[in-house]
Parts: sequence; structure tokens; C-alpha cells
Amino acid sequence: MSLMKRISLIFRSKANKALDRAEDPRETLDYSYQRQQDLLVKVRRGVADVATSRKRVELQVNQLEQQAAKLQGQAEKAISVGREDLAREALTRKSGLAQQITDLKTQHAQLQGEEEKLTLAQQRLQAKVEAFRTRKETIKATYTAAEAQTKINEAMSGIGEEMGDVGMAIQRAEDKTAQMQARAGAIDELLASGALEDVTRPGGTDDISRELDALGSGTDVEAELARLKAGSQPQAIEPAEGDILAAEPQKTTDEDTK
Amino acid sequence: MIIRIMGEGQFDVPDDAMAALNDLDAAVESSVESGDVAAFTSALESLLAGVRASAAPHEEGSLDTSDLILPPADATLEEVCDLLSDDGLIPG
Repeated sequence: MSLMKRISLIFRSKANKALDRAEDPRETLDYSYQRQQDLLVKVRRGVADVATSRKRVELQVNQLEQQAAKLQGQAEKAISVGREDLAREALTRKSGLAQQITDLKTQHAQLQGEEEKLTLAQQRLQAKVEAFRTRKETIKATYTAAEAQTKINEAMSGIGEEMGDVGMAIQRAEDKTAQMQARAGAIDELLASGALEDVTRPGGTDDISRELDALGSGTDVEAELARLKAGSQPQAIEPAEGDILAAEPQKTTDEDTK
Repeated sequence: MIIRIMGEGQFDVPDDAMAALNDLDAAVESSVESGDVAAFTSALESLLAGVRASAAPHEEGSLDTSDLILPPADATLEEVCDLLSDDGLIPG
């Protein structure tokens, strides 16, 4: 039992030291209650901060997935016009993105885990603070300052342990989020600079990206032309029904009268 | 016996489960002493799993102190050494 015991003893003595005690033990109760409220605010803010980081990572995953889809489309077009070199380049870039996306999804899962843990910690603290508030009123109403001491010590130790635990949970979540925010910041910068193969971005693209883009618009034009050519036969037959010929003169007369 | 797993809350552990938990605790302790990270990670995991398996959550609205306090599931060997040292454990 030695490791568990050692950790327990040290944790408890530190939690105990962290509690400020007032001259009048009953004032200690009010003061501690105030600190509990502060900690509740802090843990709620912690939950919100982690949620913000999680959403940021979500946004980045979406952006990168869009780019990967675009590169896939470009690779398909490149193959359809026999440019295997360009298709290979597009797929290479896409696989680079896939790695980033996998990393971000791992981070996302970690942040989600932290968010859940912190939310549960908040609920546990909330329950203890509520219990403390009830106990505090009972102690103040029932006992004299001298008599109250033992009861107060019990309540303070109980809440102190929870506060120490929650304090550490907030600290851990903050540390993890800070690490991920630094990485998220780096990815935002890469996205902004176009270095993550953002071929959609005008201006800051490289030769390959321009060629892939040109290939895209080039094949679009070819495809459109082919479609028009295919459609030109039935279109030529249409006037035989007389609609256009009949409508045409009417339009001109309308316009003439205006 | 009330055991707190940090970051998870308090658990009521029946006395007859303690012998097995003591063995698991000894494994964690020896891994901390030898500084063996892999052994530490799996030993801590087993210890916490042992507590969770034998215990029921302690009543939420109580102000009872725990008899034993265990490090969080994702604690590193370094963090446990910090827990065992005398400074900087409780922020704020």
C-alpha cells in the first residue's frame, strides 16, 4: 500500500495547506465557500476553452478534407487527359494531407476526452460545493465557534480534496490544450501560406498547382465543347417545329413598338 | 474504504478487494523506483482497472475524505514523481 499511501498523505497535506483559515472558524467556512465558487467559474471556463480548441481542430479537418477532395478530382482529370505525371503529383500531395488529417483527428479525440473529463469534474465539484453550502449553514446555526471546529475541519478536508483534484484536472487540460493550440496555430499558418497544397488559393501557388488548375479548367472547356457538339444536332431540328421562327418576329415587333 | 482516482472521483472499495489491489500497487511502486516507463504505464492501468472493477462510485454529495488517493489514468511517470515530491502539486 506504500505508493498509494505516500501519494495520499502528500496530496492531503498539500490540499490542507492550500486552505486559508480565518481567525473565526465560521468565517473560514464563508471564505472557503467563496473560493469554491471561484473554482467552479474556473472549471467552467476550462471546459469552454477546450471546446473552443476542439472546434478549431474540427474546422481545420474540414478544410484539409476539402483540399484532399479537390486534389483527388484533379488527379482524375489529369489521368483522363493522359497526364500521369500531374496525377501522381496531385495524389502525392493528397497523401501528405491525409497524414495531417489523421493527426488532427487524433488531437480532436484527445480534446473531446479532456472536455468530457472536465465536464464531469465540474459536475462532481458542483455536487460537493452544494453539500458544503448546506453543511456550512448547519454548522453556523447549530454550534458555537469553539464547538464548530471539528465539524468545520471535516467539511474543509472533504472539499479541499475535491478542490485539489479539480485544480489539477484544470491544469492538465490547460497544458494539453496549450500544446495542441501551438500545433493548430502552425497548421493555420501553413494553410494561410498555401504550403499545404492549397491550390484553390489564387496567387501564392506553385507551378505544379497552376498546371493542375489549368488542367482542370482546360478539361472543363473540352468537356463543355464536347457536350455542345453532341447537343447541336437536336438543336438544329427544333426550328422545324416552328416555335422559334414564330416567336422571333413577335419579339422584334414588341421591341419595335417600345 | 474510499479511494479517489484523480480526475475520476471517489470510489467505495470493499475490504476484501484490498489484498489484490495491494499487489497491483506494489507493481506500480517498483516501476516508479526503477524508472521503467512501460512497466509503470501498464501497472498503473491495472491498478486503476482493479479499483474500478471492485468499486462502486462514492456518494456524490458527501464531504468524506478518501482513505487513498491514486494518480489520474493518463499520469506519466514524471507526474507521479512530482506527486511524490514536496512542491507544486496543487495549483492555485
